[in-house]
Amino acid sequence: MGGREATMVLLDENGIRCDGRKIDETRKITIKAGVLKNADGSAYIEFGDNKILVGIFGPRDVHPKHMSDTDTGILRVRYHMEPFSVTERKRPAPSRREIEISKVIKEALEPAVMLEKFPRTAVDVFIEVLQADGGTRCAALAAASVALADAGIPMRDMVAACASGKVADTIVLDVNNEEDQAGQADMPVGYMPNLEKITLLQLDGVLTPEEYKKCVDVGVNGCKLVYEIQKKALTDKYFGNGKD
Amino acid sequence: MENKRKYVIPGDLVTTGPFRPEQNVILEGKKIISTSIGISEIYDDSVRVIPLTGKYIPKIDDLVIGKVLSHTSLSWELDINSCYVGFLPAQDVFGRDFSAHADELSSKLKTGDLVAARIANFDRTRDPLITISDRDLGKIDSGSLVKISPSKVPRLIGKRGSMIQMIEQATNAAVTIGQNGWVVISCESPEGLLKAKKAIQMVDEKAHIANLTDQVKEMLESKGES
Repeated sequence: MGGREATMVLLDENGIRCDGRKIDETRKITIKAGVLKNADGSAYIEFGDNKILVGIFGPRDVHPKHMSDTDTGILRVRYHMEPFSVTERKRPAPSRREIEISKVIKEALEPAVMLEKFPRTAVDVFIEVLQADGGTRCAALAAASVALADAGIPMRDMVAACASGKVADTIVLDVNNEEDQAGQADMPVGYMPNLEKITLLQLDGVLTPEEYKKCVDVGVNGCKLVYEIQKKALTDKYFGNGKD
Repeated sequence: MENKRKYVIPGDLVTTGPFRPEQNVILEGKKIISTSIGISEIYDDSVRVIPLTGKYIPKIDDLVIGKVLSHTSLSWELDINSCYVGFLPAQDVFGRDFSAHADELSSKLKTGDLVAARIANFDRTRDPLITISDRDLGKIDSGSLVKISPSKVPRLIGKRGSMIQMIEQATNAAVTIGQNGWVVISCESPEGLLKAKKAIQMVDEKAHIANLTDQVKEMLESKGES
């Protein structure tokens, strides 16, 4: 993708976006479950040009011990971007942004994961962004949910995630890096498709109340598309060469 | 009525109606929803999902194979391939007249020893209590340890023990299966041991295949000829 032109057309008169998508189209998404041997569960997602690897450990002993909870298990999430994941080398130490994303992903997964079944334990989620191109938090959340299912952690529902936003005064689905930089608003949505509940909702930008409602609806619809791909990833791994 | 068995992932609707939710399902309003990847089964009045992945969660009366991690003057701690450590009190081994002064725990079980044990008690407030005071339980002196995924143990046993009986008969090995996915094979002949080991690993890798029993049988027989 690389350099941005000074006068980039974000949305042309035919409703085609800067990377050739329609306004309600996501980038190409592929998810693969169970890619790591040593982790208890794992997933790899390609969300357009985003490439993210997620590994899960647990439930396992909590260290340090004082963090453990006698009533329930705890969820720990580390979102980390590789130094080579962006065009200019990123310092590998956790930045303010990474700490925030770790927190929001943790809070987006918590309603789905049934941690109360494993008191005094921890489930660790490690998210490594290999290549970033806008919308990594949604891609990471979608992959983390697949990896948790792969690890066999009981969940009330899968968590699907997709962003929506406002670009050139139009509400669009799945904002990419260029649109995020030059667009007017960006709204990541995390959604449990079967329970029909939203677990993550952030908004960067200004929207009118009508636009806001439309943006949430578009995001939720995007999540439903992502959910189908998550479902396929798990089905392929577990029921791929069996009957049915 | 829906068909009896279905492949499900977390969040999938298993069924609706007056059923009792059992393993790995939750009731959300009137819907019964799966919480793991697995195969759903509907019985007369209950619904459950047999998981295809996941860690071992101790259950009372399960036979497990544990490895001694450490001991205090009163108890041993055993690795039972779970998120909790097994707790084996010294009274269980030495009897009621155990005295912390007179009896030395390492004289019976040392760190690293393998033990066949039963889960005596377990609830969410405490680590699982295990016992070795029963027939066929106790320290394992010889044999080879194979680790498989705990969710595939039922497949290794087979319907009414068909799979494991076939492996035992074909190789003349004695196989002890812990519900926690640890399996000890002991066999007089080294060929039998290797063959049994290979068969067990094959079950672990190909657990989802339908006619696995035939494939394992084929493998056991073909090796025998060569």
